[in-house]
Amino acid sequence: MIVKKEMIAMLLAGGQGSRLGILTENMAKPAVSFGGKYRIIDFPLSNCINSGVDTVGVLTQYMPLRLNAHVGIGIPWDLDKNVGGVSVLSPYEKIENTEWYTGTANAIYQNLAYMESYNPDYVLILSGDHIYKMDYEAMLDFHKENGADVTIAVMPVPMEEAGRFGIMITDEEHRITDFEEKPAHPRSNLASMGIYIFSWETLKKALVENADQPNLDFGKHIIPYCRDNGSPLYAYEFNGYWKDVGTLTSYWEANMELIDIVPEFNLYEEFWKIYTRSTSNVPQFFGPDSKAERSIIGEGTEVLGKVYNSVIGCNVEIGEGAVVSGSILMNGTKIGRGARLDKVITAEDVIVGDGAVLGQGEDIPNDTRPDIYRDGLVTLGEGTVVPPGVSIGRNVMIAGKTEAADYPHGRLESGRTLVKEGDAQ
Amino acid sequence: MAGGNSRRMKELSKRRAVCAMPVAGSYRSIDFALSSMEFSRIQKVAVLMQYNSRSLNEHLASSKWWDFGRKQGGLFLFTPSFADAHSQWYRGTADALAQNISFLKNSHEPYVVIASGDCVYKLDYNEVLEYHVQKQADITVVVKDMPETFNVERYGTVQMDEDGRIRDFVEKPVIASSNTISCGIYVVRRRLLIDLLEKCAEENRYDFVQDVLIRYRGLKRIYGYRLASYWSNIASVDDYYRTNMDFLDPSIRDYFFKQYPEVHSKVADLPPAKYNVNVNIRNSLLSSGCIVNGTVENSVLFHQVYVGNNCVIRNSLILNDVYIGDNTIIENCIVESGDTIQENSCYKGENGIRIVIEKGERYTI
Repeated sequence: MIVKKEMIAMLLAGGQGSRLGILTENMAKPAVSFGGKYRIIDFPLSNCINSGVDTVGVLTQYMPLRLNAHVGIGIPWDLDKNVGGVSVLSPYEKIENTEWYTGTANAIYQNLAYMESYNPDYVLILSGDHIYKMDYEAMLDFHKENGADVTIAVMPVPMEEAGRFGIMITDEEHRITDFEEKPAHPRSNLASMGIYIFSWETLKKALVENADQPNLDFGKHIIPYCRDNGSPLYAYEFNGYWKDVGTLTSYWEANMELIDIVPEFNLYEEFWKIYTRSTSNVPQFFGPDSKAERSIIGEGTEVLGKVYNSVIGCNVEIGEGAVVSGSILMNGTKIGRGARLDKVITAEDVIVGDGAVLGQGEDIPNDTRPDIYRDGLVTLGEGTVVPPGVSIGRNVMIAGKTEAADYPHGRLESGRTLVKEGDAQ
Repeated sequence: MAGGNSRRMKELSKRRAVCAMPVAGSYRSIDFALSSMEFSRIQKVAVLMQYNSRSLNEHLASSKWWDFGRKQGGLFLFTPSFADAHSQWYRGTADALAQNISFLKNSHEPYVVIASGDCVYKLDYNEVLEYHVQKQADITVVVKDMPETFNVERYGTVQMDEDGRIRDFVEKPVIASSNTISCGIYVVRRRLLIDLLEKCAEENRYDFVQDVLIRYRGLKRIYGYRLASYWSNIASVDDYYRTNMDFLDPSIRDYFFKQYPEVHSKVADLPPAKYNVNVNIRNSLLSSGCIVNGTVENSVLFHQVYVGNNCVIRNSLILNDVYIGDNTIIENCIVESGDTIQENSCYKGENGIRIVIEKGERYTI
């Protein structure tokens, strides 16, 4: 068979994303729900097919079950192709040197044969943890026009925040002259978005020559190697919406941005659709005493209570008299009658009992992971059960099927962590 | 059978075949028959269509939603084809089948289920088939006992004996002698169907009900299978409106949406519905892609409906892709899909349901 793909994509989806806390307990970060009905990986996958990139290798490692089930053979994104399409690439056993994916570039290196089989001219490296819409074909045109070996997508960030990113220093022709990782005194405000286009021969050579480097990483090893070898490196400036949803707080904020009257990241545009595996086709129902304001709501959801400033997934049930505000409720969440939720993130299939009150109290830092469970957010892991009538403070994390006995005097104070062992699934 | 048009659908049928009518927010009428076939594990399905089939074709462009895209079987779309001077449109239900008789002859399955695509129901056809075999019937007709108040005028009514055999069959009776109606779903042995169709064709008879069921009711063992679950035909404006409003009833919604098996439809790939400020929604169904700024009561909004500020929508069906400008009032209406309603307008159905067709110019929002 004669196979030729001008550009193929390699999507790094193996990371845990530990700063999302309990949300990534059972799944890799790219599989986490976003914007009601979507999962984070839907954005790069939809960008690929919308950009005409129809061959995508999805590299998985951490907790891949949910991701595998979601990606499947790629039907929702039209990536079920006779030649190409989507392939899930997990680490595999070899005669010698069997190893996990030890770094971003190491994962790509272990799949050289996959890439080679498509005879590509260019390889697009993507990560599965950003929310954005981007035309990779325009980036490829830029790559070709400049005769680049490597093109790195960058976006201008406020100078005072530049120290948190990998920063590219460019000349007037957009050629990268230098770069620095999280610099204390940044010389530029162009932050790398973790999106690279490599000319195939350049990538292959760089990977093979650095194969023995432990934890082989694009930012730390491959890009410096290419620069030192004199390969032309260019920065492709992107000015659209791009959001890293790496922390619970940024994840919550990015969701809340979707409910603005005219959101900066607009899901309602006819061109550049975002595709996802739909779990339901059922219309949503509003009861006789319901209310929804400044919210987005997914298919099959039944709203009998009131919803304000929230992002609600599919097949969610909100009972009579319940009030949900500033919250993210993922698919299958059930909120009992008269419950009140403020700034709560519920992972999938959470059950909140009748009359429970969540997110009420002082802003006391979390006792176990104050760096994750912060900013007043209450986070409930997948399948968590909250018994009826209890009251729960802020900066709280709960996982597992909790019972009334787990709440002394019916109250879990702010900053507490409650994990029921054994049945967190 | 998805060929039909109905004058009872008034302006609504100008746009599409009845089987392609949007139902219950995010479905099309034909989804109910197709999904029933899917979960009955029927693998080979032919859709016979004729009248204004563009919408239907678009909807059936991929068979994957019902899992018919298999190596064994598949979804076949048959429209009248014109090969020579003797070619004809489908002149009736039996003629439509007869014109595609080679498909029946080349199949190897022993039984055929014939169903119309304009009814809303869920049915495992295997239950009908079991009954058919048990009764040693030649043809089994799915029937339903309707309440006394139900007007059977546009249906076929049957009279059955104690064993369930159909003794009399009256099509569209002026004076009804029975309130048991035919649901337009039949099970018949493939060989027998071919014989009957060939005989009809020879005698220039074209209608399955008149020329097969009624004509052969004495000669052949025709049985009625009583359907107990929900069934509704949508082929008149009032029935269409009522069927959609039925889905506001929790027990009916529960039956179709929460109980196994699921009804499948083409995936719309639309974003979640969005609710801005000053929104009041009561007792209503809304579908993905809607953006709502006003008040909606006792209504069904289909995909991608935009409701402007201060609008009031009551007791209405708003079909797919409708833009409703600010300060508009809509009551007791069916708003046709693709409509653009100018701001500050008022539409009310005074005596019955009003059909609104407005092709106003749309400005991108």
